[in-house]
Amino acid sequence: MINKLTVKNLTFGYAGDDVLHDFFMAIGDGQIVSIVGPNGSGKSTLIKCIDRILEPRSGDVLVERQDLFKMNRKDAARLVAYVPQNSLRVFTHTVFDVVLMGRRPHLGWKANEQDEGKVWEVLGLLGIENLALAFFSELSGGQQQKVLIARALAQDTGLLLLDEPTSNLDIWHQIDVMEILRTLVRKQRLTAIIAIHDLNMAARYSDRMLMMKKGKILANGIPDDVLTPENLGTVYGIKAMVKRIGDSPFVIPLSRVLAKGRGRM
Amino acid sequence: MRQALLRATPGLSWQAPGRTRTGKMTPMRQAHAHSVQGKFFFLGALLLLLIIAASFIITLGQVPMTVRQVYLTLFDRLIPSGLDINPILAHVIWDIRMPLITGTVICGVGLGVCGCVMQAVLKNPMASPFTLGISSGAHFGVSLAVVFGISFLDGPYFLVGNAFVCAALCSGFIIGLSALRGATSETLILAGIAVNYLFQAANQLFTYIADDEQRTVMSYWGMGSLSDLNWNSLWFLGAICLVCLPFLYGKAWDLNLMTTGDDCARSMGVDAHAVRMAVMVVASLLVAAIVAFTGVIGFVGLVAPHIARIIIGNDHRFLIPASGGIGSALLLIANAVSMNILGGVVIPVGIIMSMLGIPLFLYLIIRGKRREFWA
Ligand SMILES: Nc1ncnc2c1ncn2[C@@H]1O[C@H](COP(=O)(O)OP(=O)(O)O)[C@@H](O)[C@H]1O
Ligand SMILES: [Mg+2]
Repeated sequence: MINKLTVKNLTFGYAGDDVLHDFFMAIGDGQIVSIVGPNGSGKSTLIKCIDRILEPRSGDVLVERQDLFKMNRKDAARLVAYVPQNSLRVFTHTVFDVVLMGRRPHLGWKANEQDEGKVWEVLGLLGIENLALAFFSELSGGQQQKVLIARALAQDTGLLLLDEPTSNLDIWHQIDVMEILRTLVRKQRLTAIIAIHDLNMAARYSDRMLMMKKGKILANGIPDDVLTPENLGTVYGIKAMVKRIGDSPFVIPLSRVLAKGRGRM
Repeated sequence: MRQALLRATPGLSWQAPGRTRTGKMTPMRQAHAHSVQGKFFFLGALLLLLIIAASFIITLGQVPMTVRQVYLTLFDRLIPSGLDINPILAHVIWDIRMPLITGTVICGVGLGVCGCVMQAVLKNPMASPFTLGISSGAHFGVSLAVVFGISFLDGPYFLVGNAFVCAALCSGFIIGLSALRGATSETLILAGIAVNYLFQAANQLFTYIADDEQRTVMSYWGMGSLSDLNWNSLWFLGAICLVCLPFLYGKAWDLNLMTTGDDCARSMGVDAHAVRMAVMVVASLLVAAIVAFTGVIGFVGLVAPHIARIIIGNDHRFLIPASGGIGSALLLIANAVSMNILGGVVIPVGIIMSMLGIPLFLYLIIRGKRREFWA
């Protein structure tokens, strides 16, 4: 089976040292994959490099067999969609217009009925059709997050990249967003890559987890294999207990480890 | 909610586009369709209003005439029909008032549209064709010609030529400078403001060393005036508009995406930096051309887009034409006032524009819909 997403030899740095150096990653089809790791470990940078928001110095990103860096932006946007971390700072648009923007890679100059149909469809799918004419900036955080997911869905790609989609939400909305993602991945055969801080939420909803530190993957596999006290010690510098609750591991943090050279970044 | 989600996802098949499950419009879709119709209606009404206003305003002035006479004269000019036309009236209408009215409309549209697209690509509500030093660049060109006799063009258009070349060079410099730093909106604005101050200082220096006559020309130019427009200048402006306006309107979608941030725009297939550069170059060129002929009538470019935004929202497919329409309506009215309020004396339209436009603008932002169009 070919991978949905393959990242090869990716190297990227902002002004100073490389954040990602010779990075490799392969992700199968139809999965939810969580990327976890401390602040500053490079999760957002990785996602932005995959989506060509940042231009990596070298490397390849393949979606199935197509090289994203060898096609124009618009074609790439038909393969990968991105849900940003911070809610948009915008001139106010209505929810309908925000979601319609996701159709941009498919449009000629004009949005046709099919595009509008698609917008209504994803709004219905996420249960937010009633918000269509509301202004994005006047919505609650949970609603905004759903609108951004709707926009990514309207883009009609097989791959979704989400940067901390639950970070600003209350617990109900966190579960709501994760359930929506799970349903989408199962029913639409999407692949979702989610940068996320909440280890337990990640464990419960992910098929696979990647644990990153300083731009490197230190653990990779099913949640049970990744969330071990040893890994949590190395990556986060914490002492933790891991229990099994239901089908998934559950992390109970106990204390931080103050060993030399393992200070938080 | 969960159940609704499952019901709405019948396996892999999406529902037929454009139709609901039951085949009829839901109330929400109807409301949306109405709001789109409303925007089209507004644009249509604006166009109609412009035509009516222009038809009325053209009759004002020292030589009295009726709207009917104006139309008959124009008709006769386009299709000679042997109508009984008063030759004096025909001269006043065709050679004096028509170029003025047409020019006012063109300049208003150009400034309104340029303000609108600049605010979008710079993601800044305070951006206008003049924040970026274009007008002080043009002013600098005029000063060069007036004070030092340095001019790029010979003949009757030497002032215009200087203003245009310097305005274009000035904005080219700003855009080039910001391209070195990755063409973000912040670098563009900062470079623009800095260069603006630089040219202002140069202008002040020129004013300081100029004699009285030179100073009068420079300060008259700085107040902005439409009364020098004639058919020749209109052909030039019209040609530039024909190239620039369709280009800018063609970017409407990209601008919508860019107002939500460069990252989002790029992830949806829009090369934000390239679009920003292209839009700034084209808009600056258009503004440079307008400013070269009219001097500083800055305020239109700032307010027209905001008024349009308050009325029909931020979708640039509608916002761009609305900004142009409102820009030309504002300028038409200001020009009519400036020509007629003091009998035979024409007040520079830039002054009237600010005196009428600013209270209107303040009223709109304070009393208008309680919605922030800038989140
Ligand atoms: N715009 C930026 N300019 C310079 N450095 C950045 C920028 N964004 C992130 N970094 C640096 O890159 C590293 C990775 O950051 P990021 O990808 O945001 O991590 P995460 O999303 O895992 O918290 C950090 O060391 C951070 O300081
Ligand atoms: Mg991050």
